Amino acid sequence: MSRIPRDYLINRLVTLVLTVLIAATIIWIIPRLSPVDPAEIALGRMAAGAGSVANSEEILAQLRANMGIDQPLIVQYLKYISGALVFDFGLSTAAFPTPVSTLILNALPWTMGLMILSLLITFFIGNLLGALMVWERSPKLVKVAIPAAMVFTSIPPILSGLLLMWIFAAKLQWFPLTGAYSIFVEPGWTWDFVTSVLHHGFLPALSIVVVTFGFWALGMRGLMITVQGEDYVKLAEAKGLRPRYILYRYMIRNAILPQITAFALKIGLLIAGQVLVERIFAYNGMGKLLYDAILNQDFPVIQGVSYVIILITALSVFLVDLLYPFIDPRIRHEANT
Amino acid sequence: MSTANMSRAERRQARRIRRFDNPWLNPKLIWGASLLFSIMIIGIVGRFLWDLDLVFTGSSPLKLPPLGFENLRGQPGVIAHPIGTDGGGRDMLAMVIIGAPNTLFVGLLASLIGMSIGIFLGFSAGFLGGRIDDTIRVGADVMITIPPLLILVVFQSAFGDVTLTMMALLIAGFVWQSPTRLIRAQVLSMKQSGYVQMAQLSGASTTHIMFREMMPNLVPYLFGSFIASVTTSIVTAVGLEVLGLGPQRIPTLGRTIYEAINAGALIQNLWWWWGIPTLLLGVIFIGLLLINLGLDEVSNPRLRRLS
Repeated sequence: MSRIPRDYLINRLVTLVLTVLIAATIIWIIPRLSPVDPAEIALGRMAAGAGSVANSEEILAQLRANMGIDQPLIVQYLKYISGALVFDFGLSTAAFPTPVSTLILNALPWTMGLMILSLLITFFIGNLLGALMVWERSPKLVKVAIPAAMVFTSIPPILSGLLLMWIFAAKLQWFPLTGAYSIFVEPGWTWDFVTSVLHHGFLPALSIVVVTFGFWALGMRGLMITVQGEDYVKLAEAKGLRPRYILYRYMIRNAILPQITAFALKIGLLIAGQVLVERIFAYNGMGKLLYDAILNQDFPVIQGVSYVIILITALSVFLVDLLYPFIDPRIRHEANT
Repeated sequence: MSTANMSRAERRQARRIRRFDNPWLNPKLIWGASLLFSIMIIGIVGRFLWDLDLVFTGSSPLKLPPLGFENLRGQPGVIAHPIGTDGGGRDMLAMVIIGAPNTLFVGLLASLIGMSIGIFLGFSAGFLGGRIDDTIRVGADVMITIPPLLILVVFQSAFGDVTLTMMALLIAGFVWQSPTRLIRAQVLSMKQSGYVQMAQLSGASTTHIMFREMMPNLVPYLFGSFIASVTTSIVTAVGLEVLGLGPQRIPTLGRTIYEAINAGALIQNLWWWWGIPTLLLGVIFIGLLLINLGLDEVSNPRLRRLS
């Protein structure tokens, strides 16, 4: 930890805490500004189930007491914040009485698995291709093919997802259309289950990869152009080092560093994009949970999912900031950065 | 090699150099702008040439394919609905004419507002420094990590239907952070540069330095940042629409996709229903990307090449 000055660490920690606190507060305030009464929605759901509801006034009062919305706002807020710290968001109203945290815990591994996998693949492919675009010795084909492929990078993953879904799942039927695993397999660490998961996860991951690798490639291209003219590259060439060695150890090693910071800024958008991909593939992750909650007006779940995703984003940014001095030893954080 | 050949090659070289004298005339920028422009033309000209009442549910036969194709029931496409109809009996062409400009409108309005906030805050932070700078910087740092989509999901699911303008305003609250950071950084570095210090020494006023000395140098960055915000705004808007939020009664490209997915258009092979809005969104995003790449060449001469 010697490389991280205390002031820098405190600064980053404060930003992290502020981010999570502000996000949590916004999420809490917004539904309270709305004229919609969650108790009435719950009553409406009851009425729809039972045909009619007697003593609706008393039931409403009881529902409000159960939800805690009859208490003063400040009490509600403090309860909410202290609950959020231990991931307690109350009970889902649509899947009553399942706790929101249980629903999220079930969905989280799917989202994290898909995210980490597709992120690693895109980061690797994107940076390599971006570097090869600039490198003088890379094959001609790379220099022509990549700019063409790059056109797709501006497209959000949901559009590529639709296209891939149509071609490979609906038309060719190589991959399943929806879900995270086949309904005919028992979840568990069996060969059948694992292959089923991989089979189902391939298209969602691919639709993220094809549209995000270009972002890294573009950034890498710009950085490589800057690095290309540096004296240490010229010296390495003059020393007669192997070109491939220069590419990996001199050029990419130096050019990749700002990419890692770009990663920290991009992660929020990446997660949001993935939520949408999960929604169209009906993948069992946070995206599907969020979409179902929106359909059912299940506010505790919407709040919980948003909070957890924002928390993941903020934590990733925090970690990247902390790891950066280790990756780039030239960085010495001053007290005022 | 003959002299005629030489001179032709030289002339071509000279033309290339002249073209790059004006970096704003690079092909990427022109291509990107024309793609976006063509979408707007569809929206403007279409309003005069096409019957927009066909956008209402049930105004047309259901699930007709585009001209020259056949749907699963064996119906051929008809000239009255050249790019087909959706599962609710709406004409796709009318939907595109109304929906595509709506999508662009949200993106442009949201980023115009976001940029204005960003320019104001960025300049204030970079120029005034001190307590104000700290507050703005921490605020931007905090807000940049929060994905707009999720906050907006909470907002819209609590409030229900919104108008297009309302959605643009909401998104604008999440696209000011990057311009703020960018402009602050640029202003800070410019403050050290010779010409600004010269202006300060010669007694120029703060507003003069801000708008006459610094602003012109920021223009390529501002444009680049603006285009990036438009992309983010449209991605967020489409994301909300695909989750079934956003304006409920106004046709947008994202909402059309949402309805198509929910109606199982993928399995029923109604590719035009989701495919046409997807294609148009693709054109919009590619246009924005090309503009951004072109602007990069304007602001970073190292990327310009004579080939």
